Amino acid sequence: MKKQLPYLLLMPGSILLIVFLILPLIKVLFPTIYEGTFTVKNYREFFQDAYFMKILIRTLKIAVLCTVISMFLGVPTAYFISRCNKKKRGLLLALTIFPLLTNSVIRSFAWINILGRNGIVNTLLMNAGIIEKPLTLLYTEFSILVGSIYLFLPLMIITVAGTMENIENDLMEAAESLGASRLSAFIKIVLPMSIPGIIVGNILVFTGTLTAYTTPQLLGGNSNLVLATFIYQRAMSLGDWTGAGVVAAVMIAATMVVLRIFNALAAKIDERGEKYA
Amino acid sequence: MRKNKMLVAFACCVFAFLFLPLFIIAVTAFGGESAITFPIQSFSLKWFANIFTSGSFISSFKTSFQIALFATLLALLVGIPAAYALARYTIKGKNMIQSFFLSPTIIPGIVLGFALYRFIVLVMRMPVFYGLLLGHFLAVLPYIIRVVGSSLSQFDFSIEEAAWSLGCGKVSAFFKVVIPNITSGIMAAFMLAFINSFNNIPVSMFLTGPGVSTFPTNLMNYIEYNYDPTVSAVSVLLMAGTIIIMFVVEKTLGIASLAK
Repeated sequence: MKKQLPYLLLMPGSILLIVFLILPLIKVLFPTIYEGTFTVKNYREFFQDAYFMKILIRTLKIAVLCTVISMFLGVPTAYFISRCNKKKRGLLLALTIFPLLTNSVIRSFAWINILGRNGIVNTLLMNAGIIEKPLTLLYTEFSILVGSIYLFLPLMIITVAGTMENIENDLMEAAESLGASRLSAFIKIVLPMSIPGIIVGNILVFTGTLTAYTTPQLLGGNSNLVLATFIYQRAMSLGDWTGAGVVAAVMIAATMVVLRIFNALAAKIDERGEKYA
Repeated sequence: MRKNKMLVAFACCVFAFLFLPLFIIAVTAFGGESAITFPIQSFSLKWFANIFTSGSFISSFKTSFQIALFATLLALLVGIPAAYALARYTIKGKNMIQSFFLSPTIIPGIVLGFALYRFIVLVMRMPVFYGLLLGHFLAVLPYIIRVVGSSLSQFDFSIEEAAWSLGCGKVSAFFKVVIPNITSGIMAAFMLAFINSFNNIPVSMFLTGPGVSTFPTNLMNYIEYNYDPTVSAVSVLLMAGTIIIMFVVEKTLGIASLAK
């Protein structure tokens, strides 16, 4: 009895996960590799299809750009937050969490108002006489990218700020009093110590952007599909269940590969850190 | 410590980027024009009234509230014992079991919804409501495992053993000693899971059928067919709700508990 107890406690969750996660996944993924015999035909067809490749590349491109830009905007901001006094830091963290708790439909909708044909950017530019005809900003890859950065930047800030808070202020001051400029103290001390947080932030933003549905749907329109909107269109509009299954497999595989790469990177940096420590 | 002016300016720009769009929506909610304009030309509260007269917002709000509540409770019910077993006992394949319980995080929401739709609705012929509930349950389970798990990892299990040796039964020791010590973890996990379920869209996309739609998917449909400030008004109400929730969380658990 004593030995069985932990397994008994794990049982209900395991059963629910197997029945409602694993079985359904097998149900949609198995037909993509088995049609009477095992075959990779469906995958070959998809990767040879220029239309699909365009969507895959667009998705990856937006995810990479969104992650890199969020990192460049987020890391200095997180540094700023972590160096504030306790009261101010709490307020700034709350201000960063607020957008995260706001529905992504609303956060995308905000950008429809800003980037739309009669939106704020176009109105301002036309009133200023800079342009004569409204620019096409909405329903482009650009609008998906802006919306994605808007969506995921707070996540990067929160994650990195969490790590930077643990770095002792004394360490920074020591570096500065020993003659390091503030920038070089940041680059040589804070940045290396924050790498674990930055990696986690990158993982969250990259996988988040890779699989996001709402923002590309609202800001990309039908001519700028990404994997998540493509899978929905394949299944619901075209009734192509196998095709949707293939896209699902590609999305899961892409997520796993990204996780592997970042984890390997983290392990490598850890190892190097130990060597120099 | 002296502050670098460049850094202050940079952080100000980032926060402006994060808040200006939300500020603009909030302002447009009070406009009298039939299309969204900024700045507004006249003041009106009619869009707020519009939310309550078009029944779909109210009914989908109720659906989302129910789904979020039941999915979170179910996840707590199976998640707390699992997290306890993982933290308390040395069992074979612990890491594997842990990643198995966290595995819904590596399955994209839209794929989860798609798979459940195929399996539950088309094969098992269950009503879509149960599909939605299970989908949201799977999506929030990792939050429970992670947050309650980290709370349990800080718990000193010798206190529980002391209760046992003093004659307290295992079950009653769990409820009288373990649970009270991880209450704040459970509360934080509840809030995180509830908010995430309420806001979730990808999982719901495939699982909203005739008569069942969640609040965010309903909002999304509305945006695709209408361009009036009703959505801005909805946003203002939701943001007000978020502020209240954040305030309550700050007073009870501390806002940092939501940053996990």
